[in-house]
Amino acid sequence: MAYLLEGETGPWEIVVGLEVHAQVVSNAKLFSGAATAFGAEPNSQVSFVDAAFPGMLPVINEMCVEQAVRTGLGLKAKINLESVFARKNYFYADLPQGYQISQYEKPLVGEGQVIVDLPDGRSTVVGIERLHVEQDAGKSMHDQHPTKSCIDLNRSGVALMEIVSKPDIRSPDEAGAYLRKLRSILRYLGTCDGNMEEGSMRADVNVSVRKSGEDYRTRCEIKNVNSVRFVMQSIEVEARRQIEVYESGGSVDQETRLFDPGKGETRSMRSKEHAHDYRYFPDPDLLPLKLKPDFVAAIKDSLPELPDEKKDRFVRDYGLSPYDAGVLVVDRASADFFESVAKGRDSKLAANWVMGDFFGALNSTGKTIETSPVSAQNLGDLIDLIGDGTLSGRLAKDVFALMVETGKSPAALVEEKGLKQVTDTGAIEAVIDQVMAANADKVAEYRSGKDKLFGFFVGQVMKASGGKANPGMVNDLLKSKLAG
Amino acid sequence: MSDLTHLTIAEAEAGMDKGDFTSVELTKAHLAAMAKHKDLNAYITETPDQALAMAERSDKRRAGKQAGWLEGIPLAIKDLFCTEGVQTTAGSHILEGFKPPYESTVTANLWKQGAVMLGKVNLDEFAMGSSNMTSYYGAVKNPWKRQSDAKDLVPGGSSGGSAAAVAACIAMGATGTDTGGSIRQPAAFCGIVGIKPTYGRCSRFGIVAFASSLDQAGPMARTVKDAAIMLKAMAGHDPKDSTSTPGPTPDFTKAVGQSIKGLRVGVPKEYRPEGLSSEIVAAWDQGLAWLKEAGAEMVEVSLPHTKYALATYYIVAPAEASSNLARYDGVRFGLRVPGQSLDDMYMKTRAQGFGKEVKRRILIGTYVLSAGYYDAYYAKAQKLRTLIASDFKQAFTKADLLLTPTAPTPAFAIGENLDDPITMYLNDVFTIPTSLAGLPGLSLPAGLSADGLPLGLQLIGRPFDEETLFKAAAVMEQAAQFKRWEAR
Repeated sequence: MAYLLEGETGPWEIVVGLEVHAQVVSNAKLFSGAATAFGAEPNSQVSFVDAAFPGMLPVINEMCVEQAVRTGLGLKAKINLESVFARKNYFYADLPQGYQISQYEKPLVGEGQVIVDLPDGRSTVVGIERLHVEQDAGKSMHDQHPTKSCIDLNRSGVALMEIVSKPDIRSPDEAGAYLRKLRSILRYLGTCDGNMEEGSMRADVNVSVRKSGEDYRTRCEIKNVNSVRFVMQSIEVEARRQIEVYESGGSVDQETRLFDPGKGETRSMRSKEHAHDYRYFPDPDLLPLKLKPDFVAAIKDSLPELPDEKKDRFVRDYGLSPYDAGVLVVDRASADFFESVAKGRDSKLAANWVMGDFFGALNSTGKTIETSPVSAQNLGDLIDLIGDGTLSGRLAKDVFALMVETGKSPAALVEEKGLKQVTDTGAIEAVIDQVMAANADKVAEYRSGKDKLFGFFVGQVMKASGGKANPGMVNDLLKSKLAG
Repeated sequence: MSDLTHLTIAEAEAGMDKGDFTSVELTKAHLAAMAKHKDLNAYITETPDQALAMAERSDKRRAGKQAGWLEGIPLAIKDLFCTEGVQTTAGSHILEGFKPPYESTVTANLWKQGAVMLGKVNLDEFAMGSSNMTSYYGAVKNPWKRQSDAKDLVPGGSSGGSAAAVAACIAMGATGTDTGGSIRQPAAFCGIVGIKPTYGRCSRFGIVAFASSLDQAGPMARTVKDAAIMLKAMAGHDPKDSTSTPGPTPDFTKAVGQSIKGLRVGVPKEYRPEGLSSEIVAAWDQGLAWLKEAGAEMVEVSLPHTKYALATYYIVAPAEASSNLARYDGVRFGLRVPGQSLDDMYMKTRAQGFGKEVKRRILIGTYVLSAGYYDAYYAKAQKLRTLIASDFKQAFTKADLLLTPTAPTPAFAIGENLDDPITMYLNDVFTIPTSLAGLPGLSLPAGLSADGLPLGLQLIGRPFDEETLFKAAAVMEQAAQFKRWEAR
């Protein structure tokens, strides 16, 4: 179902393209040796190059190039063996050079694509227009002093990848799914940590609306949106604004806007008179970046299995549904966790446990796979205890709850709490006899043809055994005893 | 001891090796001469204490048989090179008082070879000029005067302080930088030797940038051999400059004194425009005659795009400068003039901090890069630059080096040519094409004008073939017997 916004003049389609700024995972900045750790003391990670002192020159950090190439390959994109760094000129206090070194006409990475899985189960492809590498600016803080602004240059010069999508996105849901998928790919690749809260991933959102079948209309760019939810909200808010403008006879100006999540509106950031002319030109301090095919090939060979391939493999090798596989591969840790649990076991049962109780427990305790009290080994052992009949499904859930609480192994807990399933025929028969004796009237009714009472007896037996009786054995034994 | 300042670098090295005098003595002689020649305004900052301390350490190294190539030689440093802890102004008000916490690679290389720093010498503001008249720290006087009048003459620019200091013997040599002729033209005006090496030969790290794709450091000295010794020390690959060329640096001094028999000397016909002064033409012909006598052959070559070079340069260089100079914004170092807002502070700081010529070039550069004009100016200029470079490439299939005048006139008087920037820009008409092509160019004094002023000739070589230039220059120097001491 196409996503359409209903206006007074009928339905409107929305057209969205995203420019994602992803901070490259690397120890040093793009053109200097200064460190990049998050949360350091202001201005403690600044070299003379980052502060643009006279006579300082940029020198490309090979690690950042490698990361960007890796990302390009992960996005199934064309790697340009020759690319050019260009200067984007503008004045601002947190931009020490007075220009940002970026790439303009010749980016490092060309066209690629991202397969996006939508909540309704459909998949769609969002095209990648380009990926280029650029420097981040510093941070301006206007709230530290009544009349002065403070500048922190720790971020100045940190490497960013700007990943530009084609205008292929048609709904807020698609935008959200695209961002999540992109983040997932970047995390798999280890090229960006994807932490939107820390600012290591930010999005500029280009939105326009049109009537079905029309060409693109004028777009507005919503700058610097820093969460998936806000991206989705801002698209709808901006699209509705544009529809209103058109329907009241106005026209939309191409401009940059700011999303205010508190007020749920977008606002114009600067008027046309103040529009920047960035005067891009090739940076004469840097030679064109030339990559050897071997360099790219070596990175290609070292790529990890990415979410799409992993998902296909999970469907193929583990017999999972595409949906389940999709959930498990969102991040590498979950996928790896599942695989260690599933190894040599019933994979569907493993998937159910991982996605059900295990993810539920992580959610409710606020833990991650890395900090989880339940290891893959222990969860696998628990499943084994079900398989060999030591634990019933119900008991297993109790044991799991204890595992979450204590971090102990299931075997230890079974031992400790005496939760072992009763598989002793004599013991179960004794309980059955007891239940039948206490419910002689029901036994008679059953025998006179009221089969439905069988469930009642199973329940009573299980209850009397404290849930420990092996349900299969209870069934069999009960059936033959009731049959007289 | 005063004649110690009249020695060449090579002679001074020999003298100190023999124990005739020490670096401290040599340095003191120069400090005394500097005091006597303050009227030249060659130095912006003198560093006598540092000079003596460096000289003392140098004498110890020599005593310990650890002498470098420039051991104990007192040099002047163009105030465009960042020197750790020593004010570096770039000739601009906006950097007044700025003491870099780092050293440029080129000066560090000189100190590594034992050189002694006398101080920082004057230049056109941000190296933009051909007369040294745009310096915030005042004009520099050329030590030479015309026979016909007593007017003070310009030393040329932008490395005017360097050229005047070397010519006046208040430094044995000096560093210069050349973007469109800033080493070669002042060398010609002051009767000394200056070489702009191939782009990439010397590191630009720590040199205040004017136009990054053109800027190149080089030595200025009184003899060809001295220039060769200095360049050997200054050059070398630097991982801190992405445009510096990897590979070993040749021993340029070995080229000095070698035969030039069979060398093909190209004469570009486009460099003989109508109206070129007969004195310059005569000096040029004389230079060719010397080379011929030494066994070289003459060939005519053509550089058909020469007429576009000046226009190309005055698009490319200001474009890069407009961006390079954006960092002088009053935020982190240098001059800050307070304002009501950030924009106001920027405007006031840059309005007061930059001089007229710098502002002119920032405006030109901003204009040629702006939306709608980029293709008409900057992009076209880049294409011309390629054509100009290929002209040279073509010429070098027929010739091993080229000989041309360095400048169309001898030194002019202070105050002349100032009202019309174009006339001033024309002074670099012979040096600019070489800069655009990134080629090495050496200027040496070939004789005197009728009015008694030095005239320079320029040798242009293939990329990274400075050795051929030194070889030919040494032959011409021998023939010219230029009397450098005629400067006062």
